[in-house]
Amino acid sequence: MKIGVFICHCGENISRTVDCPRVAETCEKIPGVEFSIDYKYMCSDPGQKLIKDAVEIHKLDAIVVGSCSPNMHERTFRSAAVAAGINPFLVEIANLREHCSWVHEDVESATQKAIELVRMAVEKVKRDKPLSKIKVPVTKRVLVIGGGIAGIQAALDVANAGYDVVLVEKEPSIGGHMSQLSETFPTLDCSQCILTPRMVEVNQHPRIKLLTYSEVEKIEGFIGNFKATIRKKARHINEDICSGCGQCVSKCPIKKKAFSSFEEGLAYRPAVYIPFPQAVPNIPVIDESVCTYYRNGKCGMCVKACDRQAIDFDQKDTMMVADVGAVIVATGYKLYSIGKQPLGSKYKGYGEYGYGKYKDVIDGLQFERIASASGPTSGEIKRPSDGKEPKKIVFIQCVGSRDPAKGISYCSKICCMYTAKQAMLFRHKVHDGEAYVFYMDIRAGGKMYEEFVRRAIEEDHVNYIRGRVSRIYEENGKYIVKGEDTIAGVPVNIDADMVVLASAMIPHDNAPGLAQKVGIPYDKYGFYNESHPKLKPVESTTAGVFLAGACNAPRDIPESVAMASAAASKAIILFSSDSLEREPVVARVNEDLCAGCFYCRKVCPFGAVEVRDIKDMNGVVYKEVAYINQGVCQGCGTCTATCLSKSIELAGFNNEEIFAEIAAL
Amino acid sequence: MADAGLTYGYFPGCSQKGSAREYEMSLLKVAGKLGIDLKEIDDWSCCGATSAHATNHRLANALAMRNMLLAEQQGLETLVAPCAACFNRLITTKAECRNHPESKKDVEELLSASVSNTTSILNVIDLFDKASNGLIGSGRVRDMKGLKAACYYGCLLVRPPELIDTDDSEQPDSMERIVKATGADVVEWNYRTECCGAAHSISRRDIVVDLSKRIIDDALMHGANVIIVACPMCHTNLDMRQRVMRRMYPSHKEIPVLYLTELIGLSLGFTESELGIDLHYIRFNMPNEIMNQTAQA
Amino acid sequence: MKNSFRNGFHVLQPGFGPAAPAKTASDEVYPNAAHSYIAKEVAAKTFQDVNLCYQCGKCSAGCPVRDYMADSPNKVVRFVQLGLEQAALNSTTPWLCAGCLTCSTRCPNDFNLAKFMDAVREISIEKGVKTKEKEISSFHEAFLRQVRLFGRSYEAGLVADYKLNTLRLLQDVDSAPGMILKGKLSVLPHKVKDRKTIKNIFGKTTHKKKRNG
Repeated sequence: MKIGVFICHCGENISRTVDCPRVAETCEKIPGVEFSIDYKYMCSDPGQKLIKDAVEIHKLDAIVVGSCSPNMHERTFRSAAVAAGINPFLVEIANLREHCSWVHEDVESATQKAIELVRMAVEKVKRDKPLSKIKVPVTKRVLVIGGGIAGIQAALDVANAGYDVVLVEKEPSIGGHMSQLSETFPTLDCSQCILTPRMVEVNQHPRIKLLTYSEVEKIEGFIGNFKATIRKKARHINEDICSGCGQCVSKCPIKKKAFSSFEEGLAYRPAVYIPFPQAVPNIPVIDESVCTYYRNGKCGMCVKACDRQAIDFDQKDTMMVADVGAVIVATGYKLYSIGKQPLGSKYKGYGEYGYGKYKDVIDGLQFERIASASGPTSGEIKRPSDGKEPKKIVFIQCVGSRDPAKGISYCSKICCMYTAKQAMLFRHKVHDGEAYVFYMDIRAGGKMYEEFVRRAIEEDHVNYIRGRVSRIYEENGKYIVKGEDTIAGVPVNIDADMVVLASAMIPHDNAPGLAQKVGIPYDKYGFYNESHPKLKPVESTTAGVFLAGACNAPRDIPESVAMASAAASKAIILFSSDSLEREPVVARVNEDLCAGCFYCRKVCPFGAVEVRDIKDMNGVVYKEVAYINQGVCQGCGTCTATCLSKSIELAGFNNEEIFAEIAAL
Repeated sequence: MADAGLTYGYFPGCSQKGSAREYEMSLLKVAGKLGIDLKEIDDWSCCGATSAHATNHRLANALAMRNMLLAEQQGLETLVAPCAACFNRLITTKAECRNHPESKKDVEELLSASVSNTTSILNVIDLFDKASNGLIGSGRVRDMKGLKAACYYGCLLVRPPELIDTDDSEQPDSMERIVKATGADVVEWNYRTECCGAAHSISRRDIVVDLSKRIIDDALMHGANVIIVACPMCHTNLDMRQRVMRRMYPSHKEIPVLYLTELIGLSLGFTESELGIDLHYIRFNMPNEIMNQTAQA
Repeated sequence: MKNSFRNGFHVLQPGFGPAAPAKTASDEVYPNAAHSYIAKEVAAKTFQDVNLCYQCGKCSAGCPVRDYMADSPNKVVRFVQLGLEQAALNSTTPWLCAGCLTCSTRCPNDFNLAKFMDAVREISIEKGVKTKEKEISSFHEAFLRQVRLFGRSYEAGLVADYKLNTLRLLQDVDSAPGMILKGKLSVLPHKVKDRKTIKNIFGKTTHKKKRNG
């Protein structure tokens, strides 16, 4: 075997502490090395040409490159090898930058170490075997989890590109938080007016299968070949028969037992309900926890009201399985609550703001409902406690956000904008009203955002006060808000009629649970991690699983939509060919040696190990052995290290190769 | 009679021997009746109070630690410090010496002794809320019904939250639980944990009168007919300073201020003079309902 | 504006707030405020970095004594963050602080402001800065004198000492006889037996005037 060694200076990054010409000279003497050379930038076009020419002239069979980390340029040099007619897995990288020049100062010893690193790579490459990429088939269907604006956008984009979509939403209707909003910044267009056409489009799209009131139970498989199990919760309404006439809803005798979560607790809903008039699908749900029938077997008013016999008290949850090639997670957010938190919670409530015991101290989403034409007050600004029109509203930003003492260090990003919008809406609706906003910094980065905030201040005369509020308490029907204007350096106490808290955006309680089912990592708050913060913002670290919207970090509507379209296009790219190529660095079991202990199965983080029966000539099973699914295996090597009988080998990193590397040292 | 059979070290603090004499009287009476043995630390000294920590933190640490050291030497594992300020000084010094070895070393040098720093410190609320669970109810001979108590925690019984085993530093409930056990009603009000001006009592009387007046007015506005405190400083500012309030604000409405231990003492059947209630500036008149009960008994 | 650039560093011009004396414009300025004497000294005494404070003002908003202060509490922190030693040490705010810990309890970034105020006050004593809140400093001095002498606070002695030092002879003169009658103001001090240890502690901790570090 003829080996070529190519030593890169990396500008001065390597050559500053490693004598590269000497490394090249010394390495030429290693047995098996036919040719050795150093060059200033091996990754550049002339550098790659140098490799190709050397392969041709010296008839090289394998190459070793002494350069930066393989994370950086392994792919580059493998491509160069392929262009020169060498199998890409007969290329080894000796990391002379991160592992050597960057971490040492003494030129002599660094040069010695560099020579040793190259020698090890040479010994390994001598034993490397040519490998070829693995092909796996692709199921051209996408599972979208979450039916808010991000999930809706992603589903429509994928479906319009001609692929099937399964859209799963845990609530009875799609629409998410956007359907609750009144008007949207910075244009003040009606949220529902722009959202509902998309919701209807989803419902009518021939390529979208919409599963509302459903949750993902489990996802198995791997990129291109996921198998999702979905629980369709019992609505107790036969969806195929129901016409959405709403007779059952209006006849239900339960009037004041359950709060509407769509109205953020500001209104009641019956036991059988449609969350809001524009709901998609327009089919009610029966809430077992308050329905009289489930309590004592009586009532049945809804049954009498329904002329299509769509009420089905005996309906049970059903499970369904969907084969999909990609998953888009778009599960959104919820609002942090200032209420007293349970023991062991990672958040703390705001006792100084009364833990939510004051009825007219509400959060941003509640104000959206009050300001919404479809809301409980038909868009008139009224206090929840007594229905009176508030004349003085205090808006407080950064409630929970940027408050490490309460458990949240990050900025929720959207609150500056929606607070400006809400203060503006209040000033538009209550002409003699006064609006105060307590803020720490105004973060209005975005197209027309800063202009929007200035408009609230300059045209709508919203009073902005820089400072955090220390305390809120009730006195004679007013809410005393104790603050300080830190710019003037004066205390500011306001007797407000109503207080609106811009509470932090946090992940749903079950976000970590879903992440574990899907197999994606999440941060300490429960936001799902992207694969790279700059260059792979919509990919999760699991191949084939993409992220959209606020499940990843606080985001506003335009960002969520952009992210959803990006995630959709990633899925569509995946579907552009009929099979996927995967790196051949996977583990393989020697079935003769395998003792069937299945320790490998316990340690595999990807669930790639399966059980295979070995049968004799008569078809009788006489042995069970481990089998590694080539599509799922990520080549981490954990099974190889665990295997007691040494019967698992990782391609490209087998024992012979690794031992030769060590022995060379 | 209920008997807790508990023995604790007792750190009175200077006020208990002077301006808050009735606090000590009532505490010892009540503890005695409930079977809680309070052993006064022999030769205890001042904890340093506000003046030490406000001007000299090494002095403050050493003065506070001297008493915990005496407790250690006298075999007292747990100390009851009825004065909220003393209590706070002790727990603060203890925490600083636990978290910062250099502070502990400094204190040990100043005291010329090594300190194990393991003494537990209880305030009066801890003592009656946790240590003697349910005892007040079982020993109760008078139902204090008719009293509408505004429980005033002030600052140093609830802060800092990381050092105090309180249910909640913003919306506490522990004093209310004890007060309800005497049969009294509690009112909801807003100034439970607002500061009375504390150690500015003499040097900036104007501030203390303003702050204390706000507290008193809020209690009255929410229907209280008595304020309950567990701190000599709070008591001085809320009780004695009402004389100044009366002069400055002719419309000032008076409200009696009782120590928590005095209220418990009343419910356990002690007389007002046994508990030192007659030493207050604002006279406390027992509501008729309670008086009638006594007559029947 | 001749001071606005010195040694190539941008120079801050103090002089905001009634407590910042005007003369200190050039003496007060540190090219790197985090390494200023005052910031380092405060950090050493409180075991926390003054830059933990992000100036939200929640401390000032909840401070019960805020109405009596010329400088808001967060402004004094700002002085120290900027290395403006004179402005910080001359402010009366630390002296007015009642040590109620409301600020420390509610601080969103867990900055213990009450402890910070203790440290600034102590540094001003160490550096011999006389506060305008004379009554407050005299009270603390009088209180500690009683403790030094007797090991405990002796209220009658304290009141007499304080009155002599502040010449506020008539304040509370009406409450003293009542207190004596009720046995609340004992005429003789309660003394600690081991006064040697107490004297020793005072002797070793009393501030000797420090020079700038």
